[in-house]
Amino acid sequence: MRTHARPWWQRALLTREMLTILILVAAWVVASAVVQGFDGPLTITYLVLDVAPVLLIALPMTLIIATGEIDLSVASVVGLSSVTFGLLHQAGFGLWVALPASVLLGAVCGAVNGTLVAYGGLPSLAVTIGSLALYRGLAVGLLGTTAVTDFPESWTDGATENLGESPWPVVTLGLVVLIAVFAVLLHATPFGRNVLDIGRSSEAARFSGVDVKRTLLVLFVLSGAVSALAGVYYTLRYGSARGDNATGMELQVVAAVLLGGVSIFGGRGAIHGVVAGVLLIGVLSSALRLEGVTVNVINIVIGTALVVSVVAPRIAGGLRVRRRPAVGQGS
Amino acid sequence: MRFTSVLAAGTAAVLALGLTACGGGGDEGGDGASGETEGATITMLPKNLGNPYFEASTAGAEEAAEELGATVDEVGPDTASPDSQVPFINTAAQQGVSALVISANDPTAIGDALDEARSAGTKVVTFDSDTEPQYRDLFVNQASAEGIADKQLELISDQIGGEGEIAILSASANATNQNAWIAIMEEKLASDYPDIELVETAYGDDDDQTSFDKTAALLQSHPDLKGIVSPTTVGIAAAARYVSTSEYKGKVAVTGLGTPNQMREYVDDGTVEAFALWNPTDLGYLATQAAAALVAGDITGEEGDTFEAGRLGEYTVGADGEVLLGEPFVFDKSNIDDFDF
Repeated sequence: MRTHARPWWQRALLTREMLTILILVAAWVVASAVVQGFDGPLTITYLVLDVAPVLLIALPMTLIIATGEIDLSVASVVGLSSVTFGLLHQAGFGLWVALPASVLLGAVCGAVNGTLVAYGGLPSLAVTIGSLALYRGLAVGLLGTTAVTDFPESWTDGATENLGESPWPVVTLGLVVLIAVFAVLLHATPFGRNVLDIGRSSEAARFSGVDVKRTLLVLFVLSGAVSALAGVYYTLRYGSARGDNATGMELQVVAAVLLGGVSIFGGRGAIHGVVAGVLLIGVLSSALRLEGVTVNVINIVIGTALVVSVVAPRIAGGLRVRRRPAVGQGS
Repeated sequence: MRFTSVLAAGTAAVLALGLTACGGGGDEGGDGASGETEGATITMLPKNLGNPYFEASTAGAEEAAEELGATVDEVGPDTASPDSQVPFINTAAQQGVSALVISANDPTAIGDALDEARSAGTKVVTFDSDTEPQYRDLFVNQASAEGIADKQLELISDQIGGEGEIAILSASANATNQNAWIAIMEEKLASDYPDIELVETAYGDDDDQTSFDKTAALLQSHPDLKGIVSPTTVGIAAAARYVSTSEYKGKVAVTGLGTPNQMREYVDDGTVEAFALWNPTDLGYLATQAAAALVAGDITGEEGDTFEAGRLGEYTVGADGEVLLGEPFVFDKSNIDDFDF
């Protein structure tokens, strides 16, 4: 048993997640002070609406990356779910049928990925690059070059309207609930402990009785279902069901998750860090756009932040390892 | 423990943030002053940045703004995907600009965002590519779809001697403009050009390399192809570049919509006989003049409204809030050197 050199509250604050939260707060404070127009109520509204799909998908992605796996097919599931939702609406089904049906289809897409990864023993990177192409192909193939746009206004308004007079969109409630669910799942259940154990060492987890295969399958099914839910939201928000919706979003999701302090090698990660990572990208983009910075520069800033966030802990880790023996705490 | 004190400051900042967030937003920027365009702020939002066509239209917008004493800011996404313009429209609403001049990537996906901007007092003028009419005040149309389709068919028919196989190399499969033109061309081909057969419509996604590759594929899969019509500036340049260095040069006609600067060398070397377009600088100029007339309150976008558009003269708003720039213009060896865009 190692005795801690710092009191518990310092350990809680000096984490990788707190660093992201701190940078987020700093970015917000600086933007509010410096960027004209950032201090308005519309900022919160647009920020939440813009980040909602990425934030949703980032939740299960956090757990998947924490096991050391990855799901790159998520944006294609968004597209496929969008098309399914649109086609069912066009075929005369009510949206209360189309919504669960689309989410179910997403779960099936996730189950296909999960089965190939967990029971087929294939690397998730390869499997989900394949299904990224497969699901996108199905989505574009099903709807062709057309779009379904005649969704009832009560639904499309619901995706964008605010809670009363507040600047917070109604979807905030759904986001908060799902964030809470995933936070509890990862941090307060045996399932969540298993996820992190698998990430540290899949072998060791299996020997200590964790059902690695079933855990992975469940995670991919969750990822598919939540991505499909994001697809329905995306469709209603833009009032347009199209096969090419959300193309490339998987990279935004992975970027946000890594920025939030989840290790790409698995074994560590926390939901609050990821939420901060998603919001940080949203705040930076929003502030830079208001400043009239071109989109290429915005991409450079976010890309740099991402690279630094992945590289910095490695460098810090390297320094710590080198210093440890001198302190007499060699592992 | 310097890091700890930074954290303490951060925590304080969180609390301060909570307070300011409740304080609500400032009420900056324009509720369009009537009869006055001096100092008006106009946001120019093309489909994507780095496209020479939109660089020319922005130059026209800047020219008009200078005459009017207004300022123009050009912003835009790096890809022309359907939802990529939404954050920029939102930003314009947050800034409370007087007018937004936009070429729409999607007729509906940006509708809600435009609605919000308009309810914040921003006038919306679409140019080049329209949204559904209810989402904007005016649409400045570069040429009627009919006029463009007719002109391209006339050009290709002249160049291939009125008979044979042709193919179309379009932009993305969802492009509003191109799809409308292609639909009319298909109709007219069937009714007025019985000896010309459209064998394939390929999509180059307005990407140079993709368009180049699709041109190669078209020529390989249709050995009897006599002409390619590309109703997009990126596509026609890529197609001409491919044909100019291939065995098909002089045998397969390339025409469509292009810009003089991109097409000059292919007209000079004989790959391309003639192509059409409007003047995008004039288009940006007219759209900005129209936006200013809306901001000043001179017009409301009703059918029959007339306004003075600087050097282009007087324009009248047509049905569905449309303003038509004029007829498509044909560029060939005789006149191409008079243009620089």
